[in-house]
Amino acid sequence: MAKKQEEAVFTPIGLNKSNNGKLDKAVELPDPTDTSYKDLGLTKQDLVGMFESMYLQRRFEERAMQMYQKGKFGGFLHLYIGQEAISTGSVWAFNDDDDIITAYRDHGWGLVRGVTPEAGMAELYGKTDGCSKGKGGSMHFANVKEHFWGGYGIVGGHIPLGAGIAFANKYKESGRLAACYIGDGAVHQGVLHETMNMCQLWKLPCIFVVENNGYAMGTSARRHSVGEIVDRADAYGMKKAVINGMDVFTVYEKMKKIAEEVRKDSLPWFVEIRTYRYRGHSMSDPQKYRSKEELEEYQKIDPVERMKTFILENKITSKKKIGEIEEAIENRVLEAIEFAENADAPEPEALFEDMFVEENPIFHK
Amino acid sequence: MAVLQFREAIRDAIDEEMALDENVFVMGEEVAEYNGAYKATEGLLDKYGFKRMIDTPISELGFAGIGVGAAMNGLRPVIEFMTFNFAVLAADQIINHASKVRYMLGGQVQVPVVFRGPNGSAGQLGATHSVAYDSMYAHFPGLKVIQPSEPDDAKGLLKSAIRDNNPVIFMESEQMYGLKGEVSEEEDYLIPIGKAKVKREGDDVTIVTHGKMYHVSKKAAAELEKDGVEVELIDLRTIKPLDLDTIIESVKKTNRCVVVDEAHPFGGVAAEVGYLIQREAFDYLDAPVARVTLPDVNAPFAKNLFDIWLPDAKDVIDAVNTVTYRK
Ligand SMILES: Cc1ncc(C[n+]2csc(CCOP(=O)(O)OP(=O)(O)O)c2C)c(N)n1
Ligand SMILES: [Mg+2]
Repeated sequence: MAKKQEEAVFTPIGLNKSNNGKLDKAVELPDPTDTSYKDLGLTKQDLVGMFESMYLQRRFEERAMQMYQKGKFGGFLHLYIGQEAISTGSVWAFNDDDDIITAYRDHGWGLVRGVTPEAGMAELYGKTDGCSKGKGGSMHFANVKEHFWGGYGIVGGHIPLGAGIAFANKYKESGRLAACYIGDGAVHQGVLHETMNMCQLWKLPCIFVVENNGYAMGTSARRHSVGEIVDRADAYGMKKAVINGMDVFTVYEKMKKIAEEVRKDSLPWFVEIRTYRYRGHSMSDPQKYRSKEELEEYQKIDPVERMKTFILENKITSKKKIGEIEEAIENRVLEAIEFAENADAPEPEALFEDMFVEENPIFHK
Repeated sequence: MAVLQFREAIRDAIDEEMALDENVFVMGEEVAEYNGAYKATEGLLDKYGFKRMIDTPISELGFAGIGVGAAMNGLRPVIEFMTFNFAVLAADQIINHASKVRYMLGGQVQVPVVFRGPNGSAGQLGATHSVAYDSMYAHFPGLKVIQPSEPDDAKGLLKSAIRDNNPVIFMESEQMYGLKGEVSEEEDYLIPIGKAKVKREGDDVTIVTHGKMYHVSKKAAAELEKDGVEVELIDLRTIKPLDLDTIIESVKKTNRCVVVDEAHPFGGVAAEVGYLIQREAFDYLDAPVARVTLPDVNAPFAKNLFDIWLPDAKDVIDAVNTVTYRK
């Protein structure tokens, strides 16, 4: 008797034996570093500064979310909450003039690279005083003056832009490197592979960082990706690393080493930093694709809380001081909201501004 | 007649075609487990399983092309783009392959693939998420382009699109998915591709439109009626092949025409329709054809700028007033 053929199935299902590819854990974290902060070359002041930055990113977004829910502004709102150790550790590891480019989950990146809470909030509100003059909104925070080249809304679209910025750095011998942050979902855009090949071939001073937060929208990384993401590097003979993204010291340590190497030999890197997205993909996501338990697992090792605990346990500064910092940040964020609410909407003429560099460009009618 | 949301009409069309032909399958980002980013494929995974409801990685170029190849080899893929703004990444497969392979191989293959998803803007989503691509695809020989505006048209036309043996671009709108309308309960309800529909009769002026702009135009027509202006409202439904006869017949009656198009002005549907009217009905015109389009500017985020940017009923009324010399 002929054996009944099993029905063809294309997407991976039943991973970890649970139903329909639901996972017990979306990302496996490598161990955090055990090097002491002093051996990492960090001062007490640095630690407090890192905490401040992470706490600002967190509170800014929590408040932004409230304002969004109150209907104060529209568009998408993708929150970085849970991933703040990556932006913070990286920026502390890089030189101030190293170039950074990222995807639409960009608020944290802006805040740690010179976008003020006021300019950030005003951008969310679509006001002239926003960091992108209210033209871009949540997905397009930018502060190019301080080498933050912005957030981009087409998944994978900014991958070659990052390489292009690195190309120009090499061409001009500027000594700057470019770091291009992408999501785990963006790994599957063909352009990544074209770009990685050229980067390796041309020795571009570029670091590609995949912020693997476990999910691309509703699809877990394990369901959309074959093998380990970081191993994409092998095909191009590119240097690679996997990093724990919930621990800011680890991100700092590894990114600093990588940056130093890139500056020396101008060879690109492909880095996977594992982390977790606490909130939904955007604001309208019922999150049926993951369990509450999974989320709680990662919230137990929350990067902001972890840093705060470290600071207190090691008496880096007093509890009172931390309390003051938190209060000051809270107030700053509330002021930013007030600022954004009272700021001017763009003049109607602004619709036609920033299209071309000329003062009076020709528009087709 | 049943009252359905636009998304339900889409789903029912796919469902019926999947039930009829096991070669029909759906592929795209979040179409299966998530039930579609805009829930247009809700329930289909439960019904048809993982073989025929296929979640893809974010690889538009790849899965669009896999759709083309599968269609060449006998299947009938319905490829969903989360929006046509992301189909830009798949343009090579749609434009260089789907539309050309049959011709290049001297008719040895056919490519019965449907590329579907929302088109155009959907509120303050910024410049990269707000472009209307219908006229761009219509530019290329070898593609049929459909953009319905109401659930009934959506159902009948999508079923026809899935049965069509050529590549079809089927465009929807995020902002229309929740829109309710009466949908025919006729068994196997098919609307022929390439037929416009006069959705309101009037003698004073013809408005030619499609997609989301149909609803803007309809609102304008209701306002104008109060003012004693009777609009003849033509919903193109199919952009290509364009139903020129219906347009010309109406213009010969009203002698005036406004084209309302959610695209930038250069080379859009409005430009094409305007040209064709002057070619076919020049002597019937009492005023130059006017058009209402987006400006020649990217979509801004700021709410107040976005509202200026997107055509609204007032823009349509102004254009009607111009062609009727009521200003
Ligand atoms: C080319 C393209 N395809 C699809 C989308 C819709 N989309 C926006 S974000 C996203 C998921 C991306 O996931 P990931 O890269 O992991 O980033 P994360 O959201 O986790 O930060 C998708 C599918 C898009 N913006 N661009
Ligand atoms: Mg992700």
